[in-house]
Amino acid sequence: MARVGIITFPGTNCERETLRAFASVAGVEALPLWHRGELEDGLDLIVLPGGFSYGDYLRAGSVARFSPLMEQVIQFAHEGGYVLGICNGFQILAESGLLPGALIRNRNLRFISRNLTVRVERTDVPWTCACTKGQLLTIPVAHGDGNYVDHAEDFAQSDEAGQVLLRYCDSNGELTDAANPNGSMGHTAGIMNAAGNVFGLMPHPERAMTDRVGGGDGRILLQGIVQWVDDHSAGEESE
Amino acid sequence: MICTVHVELRDDILDPEGKAILHALHSLGYDEVSDARVGKVIQLQISGDNRDDLAPRVEEMCKQLLANPVIENYEIEWPA
Repeated sequence: MARVGIITFPGTNCERETLRAFASVAGVEALPLWHRGELEDGLDLIVLPGGFSYGDYLRAGSVARFSPLMEQVIQFAHEGGYVLGICNGFQILAESGLLPGALIRNRNLRFISRNLTVRVERTDVPWTCACTKGQLLTIPVAHGDGNYVDHAEDFAQSDEAGQVLLRYCDSNGELTDAANPNGSMGHTAGIMNAAGNVFGLMPHPERAMTDRVGGGDGRILLQGIVQWVDDHSAGEESE
Repeated sequence: MICTVHVELRDDILDPEGKAILHALHSLGYDEVSDARVGKVIQLQISGDNRDDLAPRVEEMCKQLLANPVIENYEIEWPA
């Protein structure tokens, strides 16, 4: 049984569907966590869901990064624990320094809310292990600040190290400029840390769990992640 | 005293808001403008009047929270 903790900050608004999405994956115990609470023991995965924590004031994610539970999450990640950030969760992880780079205003200055295609770059890591290399996934995005940036040399380093796991692409898998919705460097839609135990992505896999809502590609990601953390977690031994 | 912190995107980071403003100015005929950058101004009301004591604390605030060094520079302005 994988124990998955899902954090709610003031202004988070995707915690319900994220809980529901994980709970719908076989072998998951999904636990809601409040940002002022304590981390439960034996968590295999911590998820920071989407939303607008603290109203996106100052910079998206910048205030949530200092909420009491985040100090414990940072500690958890430094000890090798698995941490996933979706959308605003990604922004919080970047602000906290657990992920490289930052997310700034979309280049067209518009809030983008639609299904997009992303290409899977590698599959030998927890976050995309159930996909095939080069697989195209259709997953919705909903963000105003999803433009991934870093210093050119730092990005080149993360990119060469294979940390970019998902890239925005067209329906043929090509990285055309028109297929880059927000202007992200290297078409980055999802990036992990160098150690590989922290991953952030702008698309919302929890909103793509079944064909009834327009597609189930998000389920492929979440199922793989759950399987991996269940097999590899440093936490409790699986029964 | 009131201390003012100016936060700006670093030069090597594209500023989409600045670009939009630049385009708007051009469409109004202000062709002499060649670039526009958008930043933030944060005014801090701070108790105490010894600038030497306060300065390192404000510096710390900037590094920890007010600016993100990955994308932003900051400048601290003290009252004359």
